[in-house]
Order: sequence, then structure tokens, then C-alpha cells
Amino acid sequence: MLAGAMSSRADIRIEPDTPENLEATTEEELLPLYKTMLSIRRLEEASAKAYSVGKIGGFLHLAIGQEAVCTGAVAALRPEDYITSTYREHGHIYARGVSARAILAEMWGKKTGVVKGLGGSMHMFSKEHNFLGGHGIVGGHVPIAVGAAFKAKYHGEKRVSAVFFGDGSATIGGFAEGLALAALWKLPVVFICENNQYSMGTPLYRTTAAPDITQRALAHDMDRDRFDGDDVIKVKRRIALAVERARETNRPTLIEVRTYRFRGHSMSDPGLYRTREEVAEWKKGDPLVRAKRRLIEELGVDEEKIKAIAAEVKDEIADAVRFADTSPASDSYLPYVIKE
Amino acid sequence: MPTMNIIQAVNNALRIQMAAEPKSIILGEDVGKFGGVFRATSGLYDEFGEERVIDTPLAEAGIIGAAIGMAVYGMRPIPEIQFSDFIFPAFDQIVNELAKFRYRSGGQYPCPVVIRTPVGGGIRGGHYHSQSPEALFIHTPGLKVVIPSNPYDAKGMLLASLRQDDPVLFMEPKKIYRASRGEVPEEDYTVELGKAKVVREGNQVTLIAYGAMVSVIEEAAAKAAEIGISCEVIDLRTLMPFDIETITESVSKNGRAVMVHEAPQTCGFGAEVCTSLYERCMAHLEAPIQRVCGFDTPFPYSLEHEYLPNADRVLGAIRKTLEW
Repeated sequence: MLAGAMSSRADIRIEPDTPENLEATTEEELLPLYKTMLSIRRLEEASAKAYSVGKIGGFLHLAIGQEAVCTGAVAALRPEDYITSTYREHGHIYARGVSARAILAEMWGKKTGVVKGLGGSMHMFSKEHNFLGGHGIVGGHVPIAVGAAFKAKYHGEKRVSAVFFGDGSATIGGFAEGLALAALWKLPVVFICENNQYSMGTPLYRTTAAPDITQRALAHDMDRDRFDGDDVIKVKRRIALAVERARETNRPTLIEVRTYRFRGHSMSDPGLYRTREEVAEWKKGDPLVRAKRRLIEELGVDEEKIKAIAAEVKDEIADAVRFADTSPASDSYLPYVIKE
Repeated sequence: MPTMNIIQAVNNALRIQMAAEPKSIILGEDVGKFGGVFRATSGLYDEFGEERVIDTPLAEAGIIGAAIGMAVYGMRPIPEIQFSDFIFPAFDQIVNELAKFRYRSGGQYPCPVVIRTPVGGGIRGGHYHSQSPEALFIHTPGLKVVIPSNPYDAKGMLLASLRQDDPVLFMEPKKIYRASRGEVPEEDYTVELGKAKVVREGNQVTLIAYGAMVSVIEEAAAKAAEIGISCEVIDLRTLMPFDIETITESVSKNGRAVMVHEAPQTCGFGAEVCTSLYERCMAHLEAPIQRVCGFDTPFPYSLEHEYLPNADRVLGAIRKTLEW
């Protein structure tokens, strides 16, 4: 059962009217998304390196392998839409437009960080980007995203509230209550479960009797969708369907994107609960490799162009590391507890 | 000026807020047509409609979580938790999310949610309709905690809570919801948060309480006066931030103090008040500060009268401070 549960890469189209050409794309569309995914990966690799020499304290959770989910999903949203995320949020906030400098400086605990170095890796916010965290309490953020959607509907704003969470969230009360309220009040929420197969070190089949997370939508007469998250264009298209439904009709959707983190839960996790073979199998679906292959083989993009992008990304992250290294340390937290 | 009880004063404040501020909505269990289990939202559903006075499922974490999401983007939600005993499913939302939102976002996202909830015993509600969990929330940085003792303050402090930018837990003492009556102006007014009130002046012993226990210490002060003991009575009104200046001044003057609350004594708010007083007026104290509190037990049903502090227990503590 263990092997079966983890190796099935089901791509189930639940929507009967899903168009067939969802993965068709162009260089103009895919190239920038590839660049975003590459930046996220390099940013996280740089943060892992910094963690190992003590520049980042506490905990660091990387999403290497999952980049197509945050990148594709954010690309399906408009800037005015709200995004609420988990503690594994580096990719989401970067895809949303916050600079690598502000993200790394935050992890380094520097004053120039996106929340002034107060929060670190897990707790980033940017009101300017409608990015509502960065949440360290698993599932606790889900009803908050529902409240943001309530506000959007209340004011007739046609904004969508997208909330990311992991498969570990799917069993906790905050998620269940948020889902119930969004369905009951018909709110424009897109619930995006990044199912990376493990709730920390525990496989899905040991945490839920119903490993198809989207079955929870049935209890609330909610729309649902479920697919693999290895192709950034597919992720963007499938999520766009739910986003537009939310925007136009206020109907929420529960989406499960099946993905995999190539590294452990956090930096202290060597991942002994899974086999090398399993990791190798999932790495075949590396979203960066896939996107690069599509660019070269399917869209005929010159390899030199892709190398140039890689060089740009390398410079961007090196600059961000220098910026974080040389920024002043965070020096005050008292002004933010209450207003007065 | 009309006379109101606390329920009517709360209802009146909510009506004023809802009429003046379209960004305010009320949400909670049975707050709509039913008008709330204690009728605090009576009539508001008819006046402001189902879009603004919203019945929720039994989902306290969802209620508070949703209110947070509304508030960070500019709304002024007023969630009701039907009994403060039912607040615990939302404890995570209040402690980890609501109270820390301003801090976590480096000041980008203030979170002005005002949670209303009935608190305390005195209605024979038993274990789960009588508790006083205020200390758990006073212990939560980022949150303000208010407990009024009379209709005038209830209206004025609720409106004040709704017009500042931090989250507030507004606890309404259910024992005196209807028993406490007084003149309340019809118009809009506020009572400043963070200020205690000297209810009765006296020069021998300072009595400190809040919420439903204020009338208990007033009664004790009256009984003490009959036997020639002069007590000063202070209503704290706001528990976080609490008015250390007013009580320091009074206790420094009198040298004797009794702290009263109905929550269990151990780690109750009285412990903090007493420690703060020892830190500030040790040199003026003539006797150890006495505490008269609920006991360290679950809240009893049939023996509620034994559990809750009363005037005689307070009088005993007053004597103790004088005889020490």
C-alpha cells in the first residue's frame, strides 16, 4: 500500500468541461515562468547554504521540486487578488513580485527584510503585493483567507482570495472550518492544496483515510480539481479555471496539486522515511527540467538564450545574498505589538 | 436620559456602530433573527439585513479566522463567541493569529477585530457556561481585554474598542447583564480604554475588582462602612492594558488592599495586579495584599454560591488586612 499510495501519479480531470489544450503554450508565456522557477530554486539553494553557516536561524523549509505550483498559480492570479500561504512560502512571495533581496534579508533577520527581519523564513508578509503571509501555524491561515474573500465580495470588488496549504493542513480544524464557511457564504476562494505526499515525515496514507484531498469538497457541494504539478503551464491553466469561476460567480474551488519536495521537511530532516528510488522517481518530473525541455524541444528556443537567463538569475541571487549580508540587523520589535 | 441594562447598552452601541460604519458586520452563532443567546444583537438583523448580521455555523476557529481576514483588509468585524467557555476552539486563532498580526507583518496589517463574549458565573450555568478565562488572553501580547461592570461603561467602552486599531476581547459579565441598570445616553460616546475608575473613595483599605465583582466589592465596602472601616472601591474596567497608576496611587495612600475576581486564584489576573503593586508600593504596605477569588476547581453547578466571591468573604479579607 505504501508504494502504491506514493507512486500513483494520478492526473484526474474532475471537471467534465476542462478544455483539452490546456498545456499548449508559447515562448512568451513559458520563458518568464521558467525564469521565475529558476530564481526560486536558486534563492532556496542560497538560503540552504546560508543556513548551514548560521546566517539563518531556527527553521528553514524548502520547496525545491514544487516550484511549478506557486509559479503557475500566482501567474493565474491578478495583482489585486489576495494570496495567503504557509511557512513554505519563499516561492509564493517571490512569484508575487517581492524581490530576492527583501526575501533573503528577511531570512537573515535584517532590517531591510520584507517584514523588517521580525519574522524570518516562515513569516513573510507584503501588503503592497496583497501577500497575506507566511503562516507558521499549519491550517490556521485558511479561515483568514476566507475572511479576505468575504471582504472582497462584501465590497463587490471581483477579487479572488487564493490560499495555499499542504496535505498536512487537510486534517486540521481551521482548514475544515474555512472550507465550510467559504462554501456556505459562496466566497471567491481558490483553495490550493500542495500535496507533497508527506505531512512532515508522515506519508499521506497514515494521516487520512481519504488521500484524495478534493473529496472534502463534496461535503460542501464545492467544485474541485486535482492534477499533477510538474508542468507550470498546466498548473496555471487549471488554476485559472477556478480563479475565473471565483471571480465571476463567487464559487470557491478546492484544488489538489500533487507534487513532491526533493529535500527534507526542513533543514534538519535527512528524509529517512522515504527511499532513494522514490525520490529519484519523482525527480524525473522536475518542473524546471520539464519547462526547459519544452522551451528547447517544443518551442525551439535557443539554448544560449536559456543560458543567458541562468546567468541573470545567478547574478540576481548573488546580489541578494550580498544585500542580505551587508544590511543592518533588525533592531526593534516593540513598535509593532500594538498601535500605541 | 434613558435607563438601560448592560444587554440594552451593548445592543445600543452595536446599533450606533452598524449605522455609522458600513464596514462593520456582526457574525456569530445565532446572532441573526434569533438575536443572540442573551439577545445582545436583538433587532439588528431586521435593521441591517442578513448581509451584515450573519449567522454562522458552530465553528469558532472559522468565525475568528474569517473576522481576521476581513479586518486586515479594512473591515471592522464584530464577532460574537456565544459563551467565553466556547472560545477555546478559537484560542489558536486569537493567540497565534489575531493578537500577533500587526507584529508579524511589521505593522503592515493592523487587525482591529472586536470579539464580544459573555463571561463569568452567576446564572447556574455549570462548568461550560460560567468560566472566566480572561487571564489567558491578558497573557497574550497584542490583545486588549475589557470587562465593563455597568451599562454606561459597556456602551462607551464597546464603542471605544470599535474605534481603535488593535484587537480587543470585550467580555460581558453575564451575571449582571440584566441586573445592572443605569442611565445611558442615547447618543454616541466613548469611555477611554486603559483607565480604571474610583467608584467609591475611602482611606483605609483599597478594594480592586472588575466586571460582576465590582458590585460585590461595593457591597463589601458598604458593610465595612457600617462597622467603621473606610474602603476605596476601584473598578479596573480594562484589564490589558491595565491602569497601574490609579491603583498604585490608592494602595500607596491606604497601605492595604484586597483584589477580587471570580476566576480561579492561581495565575489569575489578581496575581499580576498584586505583584505590580508589591513592585511599586512595598514601602507603603501595612499588610500583605489579600486575594478573594474563585477556587482552583472546575466551575461548580449547585455550589456556585460557595465558589463565587461574595461580600462576606471580601469583608473577611478586609479584616485580615487590618488585623495583620
